[in-house]
Amino acid sequence: MNPEARKAESPISDPRVYPGSGKANTSFWKKVRKNKTLLLMTSPVILFFLIFSYLPMPGLYLAFIKYNYGEGILKSPFIGLENFRFLAQSGQLATITINTVLYNIAFILLGNFLQILVAVLLNEVASTRFKKATQTIMFLPYFISAVIVGLLVYNILNYDYGFLNVILKNLNLEPVSAYSTPAAWPFIIILTNLWQGVGYGSIVYFAQITSIDSEMVEAASIDGVNAFQKIRYIILPWLKPTFVILLLFSLGGVLKGNFGLFYNLVGNNSLLLPTTDIIETFVFRALMINFNFSQSSAVSLYQSIFGFALVLFCNWLVRRIEPDYSLF
Amino acid sequence: MTRKAIRLDASSYFVKGFAYIFISLLTISCLIPFLLMIGTSFTNENAIREFGFNLWPRQFDLLAYRLVFENPDLVIGSYIVTILLTVCGTSIGLFLITMTGYALQRPDFEFRNQISFYIYFTTLFSGGLVPFYLLIVKILGLKNNYLAVFLPGLMSPWLIILMKNFTKSIPFAITESAKIDGANDFKIFASIILPMSKPALATVGLFLALSYWNEWYNSMLFLEANMKYRPLQLFLYNVVNKAEYIRNSAASSNIPPIDVPQETMKMATAIVAIGPIMLVYPFIQKYFIKGITIGAVKG
Repeated sequence: MNPEARKAESPISDPRVYPGSGKANTSFWKKVRKNKTLLLMTSPVILFFLIFSYLPMPGLYLAFIKYNYGEGILKSPFIGLENFRFLAQSGQLATITINTVLYNIAFILLGNFLQILVAVLLNEVASTRFKKATQTIMFLPYFISAVIVGLLVYNILNYDYGFLNVILKNLNLEPVSAYSTPAAWPFIIILTNLWQGVGYGSIVYFAQITSIDSEMVEAASIDGVNAFQKIRYIILPWLKPTFVILLLFSLGGVLKGNFGLFYNLVGNNSLLLPTTDIIETFVFRALMINFNFSQSSAVSLYQSIFGFALVLFCNWLVRRIEPDYSLF
Repeated sequence: MTRKAIRLDASSYFVKGFAYIFISLLTISCLIPFLLMIGTSFTNENAIREFGFNLWPRQFDLLAYRLVFENPDLVIGSYIVTILLTVCGTSIGLFLITMTGYALQRPDFEFRNQISFYIYFTTLFSGGLVPFYLLIVKILGLKNNYLAVFLPGLMSPWLIILMKNFTKSIPFAITESAKIDGANDFKIFASIILPMSKPALATVGLFLALSYWNEWYNSMLFLEANMKYRPLQLFLYNVVNKAEYIRNSAASSNIPPIDVPQETMKMATAIVAIGPIMLVYPFIQKYFIKGITIGAVKG
């Protein structure tokens, strides 16, 4: 070992031991020099997130001003919490928050239920070919863009030509006009979300089930355990930790909406907005249609702060239940 | 022995029967929307106006496809833009992601925790749409520039963490022994680690390629109407949502605007956009499954 390296490891140069020794700075640069190749290797990624994620953050200052695109941020007048007060008093903030949270909770609970059900049932299927084929097809909707999802839903629900109305007419029933019935959209959007996510999610749970010790299952069946009991007392308890962790992590994200899904299904159809407007679509419209940069930023800031607090809270819960899985 | 077999049968036959029926129904419901789109694209527009969309074409007709390729320029231009974005974005992004993932799991890299947190933090807190929009348009000046789609798609925290978990499975002893032989960290990465991580490269690369192929959000925000060649999904978005767009693209054919097969042209364009994914899907889906099972639980 060369003398310089030994010196770097001696406690005297460690700032934690002698914080006031004035060597903290030199030891930092020594560390940088020692890791310079690895630091260089990560530097493009550091630069990427600096530009595309950290640089925009101070831009949330827009939430506190009356932004004028021509004059720029610094010359626009500061109005404090006026944007937030307007959004709260007009009731818009409450509507989009409730919509976003309720949709996400429905996605999470129903989604996980369906995914676990499919994984458990797939495990009962004996034919490998059937299992492979159905898994492949159920995974397919995950691969298509939000634009195509929007088109597929349109194919079914369109009033004049849609498949649903074709069937209803053949049965001599009244056709339905989905695109002017706000109350139908929570069901449509939730179903579409389940449809697109079932293949993806069931893979996670199915992988967990296949990791069950087969000797345990055999021993249980020798003891006369029937198929229901096997699912109830062996498989579901085995999936429980995965479920709880996934549940808590997804609860941390209930303020984040899936813009692509909502925008391609609903678009700017103002008739449907009361039941389909979420934070993301509101932010988008405020910017791209009303050009209200400040209001849009105010909602984003609100979303980021409460979303951040929610993740911290859920992570705290995870750490209490299963410290190994907590994020930090 | 026989007694046990009989007793097992009652409940497990029920569960198995239910499993086959339920999964078959679910699989069919995953397939029907696609079949509906394919069937409609091959149907005569008049038959649709009379009978609506159907799984099987009542009157077989290729007019929609002929019109989509009437201006092959537009479709092929969109294809080329999307293919270039996908190929360049995936190769450059994958290289950066792998290099970073490898460095971040090296136990002797003293900044690994700080940098990991720096990357992870961006998923917790973000500036939102407006500052991002102003960054691209005002600061970087990338309005109507393909770079506005290319650059933000290069990487995501999730893919870097996935790659970090993948490369963790390569024993550190390999790095150490190469170090003793005098190789520097980049050389170890490029000549030893990279060839060893082929399965990880396939999985992460395919996730990245899929996100470029399906990209429409940044295209919609930053690429405007006066652009001739748009990425495929934006092209499709316009065809689906803007009636005048279809009429324009059929303008050079001698079909009166009222007879332009709007509905079938939407479907035909969608099939053209989705086609390559459908073709490669059966061969690549196993790599996605691997990625999901590795990256899912511990993000």
